[in-house]
Amino acid sequence: MSKIIAAAAIRGAHEIVSEARKKWQQAMDKHGSGAEVGFPETAYYLPIIYGLSGLPVRKLADMEKVFAICERLLPEPVYQKVHLPYLGPVLDAGMATLFAEEMAEAITYLEHPDFYSPEEEAPEGKLWLGAASDIILRKRGIEFVDGTAPGFAAIVGAAPEEKIAARIAQELQEKNLYVFMCAGHQGTTFAEQLKAAGMQLGWPVRLVPFGPDISQAVFALGFAVRAAMSFGGIQPGEYRKILIYNKDRIFAFVIALGEVTDRWYANAAGAINFGFPTIADSDIPQILPTGVCTYEHVVSGVPHDQIVARAVEVRGLKVTVSKIPIPVPYGPAFEGERIRKEDLFVEAGGTKTLACEWTSSLPLNQVEDGRIEVIGPDLDSLPEGSQIPLATLVQVAGREMQEDFEPILERHIHDYLNYINGVMHIGQRDIVWLRISKKAREKGLLLKHLGVVLHAKYHEVFANILDKVQVKIYTEEAAVKQLVQQARAVWTKRDERLAGMTDEEVDTFYSCTLCQSFAPTHVCIVTPERTGLCGAFSWLDCRGSNRINPKGPNQPVKKGAVLNQKLGQFEGCNNFVRQASRGAIEKVSIYSLMVDPMTTCGCCECVAVVLPMCNGIMTVHRDYKGETPCGMKFTTLAGTIGGGRQTPGFLGHSKFNITQSKYLAAEGGIRRLVWMPKALKEEIMDRLKKRAAEIGLPDLPEKIADETVGVTEEAILPFLQEKKHPALEMEPIM
Amino acid sequence: MDNQFPSPAGSAELELCWERLARQQPQCGFGQLGICCRNCAMGPCRIDPFGEGPQLGVCGADADTITARNFLRMVAVGASAHSDHGRAVAETLIKVARKEAPGYQIRDEYKLVKLALELGLEPKNLTVEELALKVGQWAQNQFGQQEGELFFLRRAPLKRYDLWKKLGIVPRGIDREVVEALHRTHMGTDQEYHSLMSQASRCALSDGWGGSMIATELQDVLFGIPQPMVSQVNFQVLKKDTVNIIVHGHEPLLSEMIVVAAEEPDLIQKAREKGARGINIAGICCTANEILMRHGIPLMGNFLNQETAITTGAVDLMAVDIQCIMQSLPAIAACYHTKIVTTSDKARIPGAVHVQFTEETALEKARELVRQAIENFGQRKGKPVDLPGEEVDLVAGFSHETIAYLLGGMFRSSYRPLNDNIIGGRIRGVAGVVGCNNCKVEHDSGHLTVVKELVHNDVLVLQTGCSAIASARAGLLDPVKGLDYCGQGLREVCEAVGIPPVLHLGSCVDNSRILVAAAAVVREGGLGDDLSDLPVAGAAPEWMSEKAISIGQYFVASGVFTVFGVTFPVLGGRNLTHYLFHEVENELGGRWAFEPDPKKMAGLMLAHIDKQRKKLGIDKARERILFDMAMRREL
Repeated sequence: MSKIIAAAAIRGAHEIVSEARKKWQQAMDKHGSGAEVGFPETAYYLPIIYGLSGLPVRKLADMEKVFAICERLLPEPVYQKVHLPYLGPVLDAGMATLFAEEMAEAITYLEHPDFYSPEEEAPEGKLWLGAASDIILRKRGIEFVDGTAPGFAAIVGAAPEEKIAARIAQELQEKNLYVFMCAGHQGTTFAEQLKAAGMQLGWPVRLVPFGPDISQAVFALGFAVRAAMSFGGIQPGEYRKILIYNKDRIFAFVIALGEVTDRWYANAAGAINFGFPTIADSDIPQILPTGVCTYEHVVSGVPHDQIVARAVEVRGLKVTVSKIPIPVPYGPAFEGERIRKEDLFVEAGGTKTLACEWTSSLPLNQVEDGRIEVIGPDLDSLPEGSQIPLATLVQVAGREMQEDFEPILERHIHDYLNYINGVMHIGQRDIVWLRISKKAREKGLLLKHLGVVLHAKYHEVFANILDKVQVKIYTEEAAVKQLVQQARAVWTKRDERLAGMTDEEVDTFYSCTLCQSFAPTHVCIVTPERTGLCGAFSWLDCRGSNRINPKGPNQPVKKGAVLNQKLGQFEGCNNFVRQASRGAIEKVSIYSLMVDPMTTCGCCECVAVVLPMCNGIMTVHRDYKGETPCGMKFTTLAGTIGGGRQTPGFLGHSKFNITQSKYLAAEGGIRRLVWMPKALKEEIMDRLKKRAAEIGLPDLPEKIADETVGVTEEAILPFLQEKKHPALEMEPIM
Repeated sequence: MDNQFPSPAGSAELELCWERLARQQPQCGFGQLGICCRNCAMGPCRIDPFGEGPQLGVCGADADTITARNFLRMVAVGASAHSDHGRAVAETLIKVARKEAPGYQIRDEYKLVKLALELGLEPKNLTVEELALKVGQWAQNQFGQQEGELFFLRRAPLKRYDLWKKLGIVPRGIDREVVEALHRTHMGTDQEYHSLMSQASRCALSDGWGGSMIATELQDVLFGIPQPMVSQVNFQVLKKDTVNIIVHGHEPLLSEMIVVAAEEPDLIQKAREKGARGINIAGICCTANEILMRHGIPLMGNFLNQETAITTGAVDLMAVDIQCIMQSLPAIAACYHTKIVTTSDKARIPGAVHVQFTEETALEKARELVRQAIENFGQRKGKPVDLPGEEVDLVAGFSHETIAYLLGGMFRSSYRPLNDNIIGGRIRGVAGVVGCNNCKVEHDSGHLTVVKELVHNDVLVLQTGCSAIASARAGLLDPVKGLDYCGQGLREVCEAVGIPPVLHLGSCVDNSRILVAAAAVVREGGLGDDLSDLPVAGAAPEWMSEKAISIGQYFVASGVFTVFGVTFPVLGGRNLTHYLFHEVENELGGRWAFEPDPKKMAGLMLAHIDKQRKKLGIDKARERILFDMAMRREL
């Protein structure tokens, strides 16, 4: 009966709030009310509190107000004889719990700054990661947006044994879900169990150990709140919108392993506010009626071998995973695996040996579907620690196949091979680097299986254009050499064709509304000279994707009448954007940051911002954590303009786009670029130099300031003047 | 019908309503069928229901005209009663705003501001009193308004509102519709039953979406939005060793002050000096419901308990205001020490002490009543006290606002879980079971049979008035014991939320809360776009007052299938009866039905609910929908 749950959750909430208050009072005595508190590298303060109440907690003293809210939210205990209705009060108790725990965790950060590791993976000897930085949030958030990660499982407690823990984790990974871990049971934690079972932990493999106590559940829910604000464009304080956003769009759930304590119940009540149900292995009461969550709220007594499937069903989530017949687990969750030297069975490429990957199309009668050949020795005849030459040739055929699709298909080899548990893949074409682990080999993995994977995934994803796929894997030096030469000739031709494409020579652009699952009013228009702001979609990609999935998120957009060539306003684009944003956006300039700029979902690689004093524009990329001359860090910028809003003076774009000729064309192009982080400049330097030379300013790259010059407009202006930056001579930008 | 209800021993020796009913037998058949007309001095006329005698009155009026006019008069009287109650609350609010009503205060500023915003007022630069004055004056104007339309009609779903417009039954002003109803029934005026019934709808709507709704809303402003609370019901709530005051009638205006006075230390001290343990208040009828909902004051009983309450020998004073008060009370009280005090100028009774209550002197008068009760406690000495039965626990205090909160807390408050569980089938439908007691029916048994049958079939029951008190006494308002009566689906929902299967929404003016809640359910989505699409039904199994007819008519006009028990006042007009029971559904989406057998009554309601479910396409179990990314993008 849920009265038991209600009574326990309310008890738990009272305990948690009063303990947090004590911790706060002690901290106030010790550090003073002015002591700064917060989670590392985030623009969202304590995100649950900030999102749901709108209050930014910056200092210890700010917590007083939040505790007052907690007190108001905390209900009376449930009367035993004749009780009052408890569902609403319990949900409130859950919120008070989350607020209190978030404050307690902030105090932990203040008092033990090294307790958590800020990296994506904890260094040797450490385990707990704590709150995700905004960089992680955005990087990982994109996977939630595009569907590579359909949701997350918050695992609380520990399994009865390591093996079961590992199996549950792996099953969640295979379903592409993130696993967020906190709390323990019977002296151990789920994270420790996975570690003992030899599993890699961290964001790259989607197994995230937040912390050893129940209070670290707030890191999972804080992640969800931030997703709603940064991708959903919801303002702090709009609590109902944030929670409904989570119910409808973030498919998360709690798996409780072990004895459910009062405190666990209190946290589960908090999670139910978000529409996240709890699925327990223990025999606790159930709450089956629907409403606050999409389906059941609490389901219990679920056996470990069914718990993942049951959880996914209770949350109402559809995960379509094709089972690929290889002897190791498979899925995007294994993409971030590292294979260290000591775990290495075999490696290829990576400057050590010659290696390449190439997808090419052939007439239908020249491809035998499903044929997978390994030409040369496979793993079963290679000694441990071998370095081998390797060429992977994928040959495809299909009535709808076009030569233009080849590079799209080829680029996916990276993802598809990286998804294999025990395979690490880096790079593409002839700069690939592949490592296969001893463990994978022990389970029976062969090079042949790489072919099996590519055959299966090509058919799964590209069914509309492909009829046949065959794979040849060469491991003999001479054959590899020959293939690399052949491929290089093809790649050169491809590059020339791509590089020469201009917006003027096509009559159709493509839309990308992939992110509307998270940012409902955002519409990307992708043109030959303006790749998608996430960096993942070029015009060719979108065209290919549209052919592959004609009803999908990439739709052809007829340019129609040119309304303003300089701004890049086209009648067809405006009509499309108006309709696809459901009336939220009226007009869009493809080439301007000042007039009707394109919206941003929150996934952008960089944000460009006008700097009025310098008469120029700066841009900053996602990995740069520091201050910028516009007065905002990347994360604040992305939070300000994300969520499908149109913000003149601000523009999200990809790194690649900086060196495309239409970049900021309406404002004068890269002539206006006055500042960018050093790392970004270095990353794109070759192309930047080339582009600068094209416009007759070969020394422009040196004139662009970076953080070593300054992070305020005042600080960089003298530098620009000294270097005679061209922006200073241009017409006023505002 | 004898009184089957456990009653104090003393009641057997007296002639109460049951005995008086027996003495009335046989009651007039023409009257029962509604075919007696005494609207002019050429009459009285009556129509022979068997078709053998006269079929027309002297003026030529036929059975349908006569029954329709009588019915419309009942609606007009019922609407007047509710609306005059609403007017009194508006007047009090104005006096409070002008600081002319010491003792009263505005307890719910939140509701005041919410209401003001809804009315389009700018609360920003106004004090609470200034705002209250504006709202009070607005409300007063709704009564006397001559043109336009009543404001709260906009709370109905748009489709319903448009339908009212199309049918020309949008009330213009509350008083105006009552006056016009009475005018139309004057000799030789409206003699076409369809036309008379459309005025019945317009007049009744001016009650449900007008006078009653104003009463509810402004009472919430003055006394607070009800919150769930635990209380008790039955004779046992009277205590042998305390000063017992019963408040009976309908308005909370006086009883609220009596509650305040009874908590004053000097009066409690006085009571102790007289040998009492304290001062105890209990209620009967809708006054009981009003102070139960806001203070948890226990319920003594419903309409048919007013006489038997006195026979306990434990009532030191019974203060009554308006409506449903039997003239017999002073005579019965004369056999005991009980003092009957009338307090409203509108409702005097021979033999009762009259203490005129006004807002200006309310608290003072309340203190006077408490003092009189304390004095009278002394008169009880030695006389036997009999309090049969046991105290039964109940949870009451539900309102439109609290239901939304209870289903989702502060952050997610909404009707979504209710709609979801109706759509999913755990809850089959929602029923309003309301209305009076009638001594022609075994006390409470009509209510209880219907309610038990409904909850057993997974129908969530909303109640007001005497009907709610009946369920309370049977334990149906107990969130633990009440579950024993539930079907599995309803039980699961009740357990999840912690509610009883029967929700007490207050007094009979609070039927307007049911309208607001139903409109909220429509707004929440997934169950059609008009009130007449919902899987809901209404019933008054033991009705007796004209207010019940007005309530029934505004539910029918709002699109709700409504069944009455006991008797139906137009049966002598065959065409009118057929119209109200069948044809009217084509116009209004709701219709009347009459079924004296409560079990069959519940059956009719269930059949209607099932029909509605089928129309909505929610009659079959649904596949669980699992969402992939493409579906999320479509959201």
